[in-house]
Amino acid sequence: MSSLPVLDVQKLKTYFYLEQGLVAKAVDDVTFSVYPGETVAIVGESGSGKSITALSIMQLINKPGRIVEGSIHVKDKDLLNLKPKQMTTIRGNHIGMIFQEPMTALNPVFTIGNQITEMVRKHKKVSKQIAEQKAIELLRIVGIPRPEQITKEYPHQLSGGMRQRVMIAMAISCEPELIIADEPTTALDVTIQAQILDLLLEMQKRYNMALLLITHDLGVVYEYTDKVIVMYGGQIVEQAPTKQLLSLAKHPYTKGLLSSLPKMDEDVERLGTIKGTVPAAYNFPVGCRFSTRCPFVMEKCKQVNPELLQYDTDHLVRCHLYEEGGERQ
Amino acid sequence: MTMVTKQQGAIDEKRSIDEDVLVDVRNVKKYFSIKGGILQKTVGQLKAVDDVSFTIRKGETLGIVGESGSGKSTLGRVLIRLLDPTSGQIIFNQTDITNLSQRQIRPIREDMQMVFQDPFASLNSKMSIEQLIEEPLLVQGKLAKPARKQKVLEVLEKVGLRKDDLQKYPHEFSGGQRQRISIARALVLNPNFVICDEPVSALDVSIQAQVLNLMKDLQDDLGLTYLFIAHDLSVVKHISDRVAVMYLGRFAEVAPKKQLYENALHPYTQALLSSIPIIDLNEENAKKERIKLEGDLPSPANPPSGCTFRTRCPKVHDRCAIDRPELIEIEKDHFVACHLYSER
Repeated sequence: MSSLPVLDVQKLKTYFYLEQGLVAKAVDDVTFSVYPGETVAIVGESGSGKSITALSIMQLINKPGRIVEGSIHVKDKDLLNLKPKQMTTIRGNHIGMIFQEPMTALNPVFTIGNQITEMVRKHKKVSKQIAEQKAIELLRIVGIPRPEQITKEYPHQLSGGMRQRVMIAMAISCEPELIIADEPTTALDVTIQAQILDLLLEMQKRYNMALLLITHDLGVVYEYTDKVIVMYGGQIVEQAPTKQLLSLAKHPYTKGLLSSLPKMDEDVERLGTIKGTVPAAYNFPVGCRFSTRCPFVMEKCKQVNPELLQYDTDHLVRCHLYEEGGERQ
Repeated sequence: MTMVTKQQGAIDEKRSIDEDVLVDVRNVKKYFSIKGGILQKTVGQLKAVDDVSFTIRKGETLGIVGESGSGKSTLGRVLIRLLDPTSGQIIFNQTDITNLSQRQIRPIREDMQMVFQDPFASLNSKMSIEQLIEEPLLVQGKLAKPARKQKVLEVLEKVGLRKDDLQKYPHEFSGGQRQRISIARALVLNPNFVICDEPVSALDVSIQAQVLNLMKDLQDDLGLTYLFIAHDLSVVKHISDRVAVMYLGRFAEVAPKKQLYENALHPYTQALLSSIPIIDLNEENAKKERIKLEGDLPSPANPPSGCTFRTRCPKVHDRCAIDRPELIEIEKDHFVACHLYSER
């Protein structure tokens, strides 16, 4: 990890300007980096800002949303100061993206071969024949049987797992340094999920890419990632190496999430719960954003939002309990 | 042939006198016709549920797991007669409901209710919460207005919503709260059997835990019997007493949950269990061996001959293509449909 990060996000703020002057702070002061060959997970519930973080990196934020502050670097390129046309070459060449729903991410009126060759030719100056060869080769790499035939088929003719393999083939077509996968297996059955995640990791090793995996599934996080970022209310509330975070979770939110999972290896009569629901992004509570649901809430939490503190080497936590003089310090 | 029928008769007799059994499903099949050509002739059969038999005892939760296309949702709909079975028998509370007309089945539906997956689609957005919960009572038409209002309040409290919520509309609630409303709607008629079709799969984990706890509490309070359909094996394990694993319209394995999760016998169940990513922080546990399944679920319109799992099975042998394995009891209450165990 001595080298420079592939992705470096500093103090990123993405706000949505809604009607009646409301401002939804979907991503609010997020800082993290991803190194070559590393797999980093962003976990959180719906509305935590994890997907908006990914879309901000790809600069796919549309009105009324806007990146208000911060910087995003991929290698030495400062993405927020690029022209739209320059950004197009970054997407695909340097960052590949895989979305949750492969049926909506693929164009239904073009064949699979068409869509991959278009992608290849957009980023590399090659002839049509060479691009077609490349498409077949890519499909073979991602484990699609009969790739010559599949290139002539349309997305609806493939199963969900196969479509996701096509998405992966397109994402790796230009050998990017970074792959962002937003809930890539949420729409898939568990046996297919295992196939797809194994494939993603295999591709990552093969091309030495960094992988940013956005998910809500802590089981997936445990088995497939090196580092975890937990998001709540548009902010990072905890960050640590995967094993450390799952065994020594510090933030009350992370602890709550872990205890609410049904366990496969033990029987519990009742699951732990986090009371209430995620607050809306335009109506966060004053002070700590988790204070309305936190079982350890203190007076201070309702007034001051805590800073992201270094609890241990590589282990960051945003909670007053761990501040100097705090209870758990 | 006569002997077989006689034997079958004896079993039937034995089963029907067992008063603990609330739901008794015998050889139920549900085929959908595939139409094609300009004359819209039937060109094939989609065997969504293909010869399934099981019983659910009073107060028990039977979980049904399977991948998409396994027929688990169709089975739930057939049980409550939202769909008519192609053949077979459904006996609910000692009454054969297989061939009852919609009018005849209405009083029985008071006792069997359903909670659906998507709380955004299953609630009419133009009705207030009070109207939504009251609607089943109006359909049944037994209670006068004051008694209805009383009942609505009672159920509302049971599912953990407040009186102020009555005049609100579904869009004002989060997914978890909407699922509470769906549960209230199902419970307002005092059913003793509730079919839950993926009731928590659209919810975040912390909310999912709230709803699962609520369902368990209600079961204890009201003595409910559940059929719990889901694709998430850890959720099914948490809530069920017994679990059935479905593959392409058939049961592959049925067992009490402890046996199923600790000693799965069917290669499909074994593969399913090994595919779930779980958090296992105990360093001493050996890293689990993942059984990789090749390919996708075959189409139920054109299932493989013999054992339908054979095209993906790591332990396939010659016999699997020829004979269809029957569900046999390996140990007490543990049934499996696989030739590996039938050749003894």
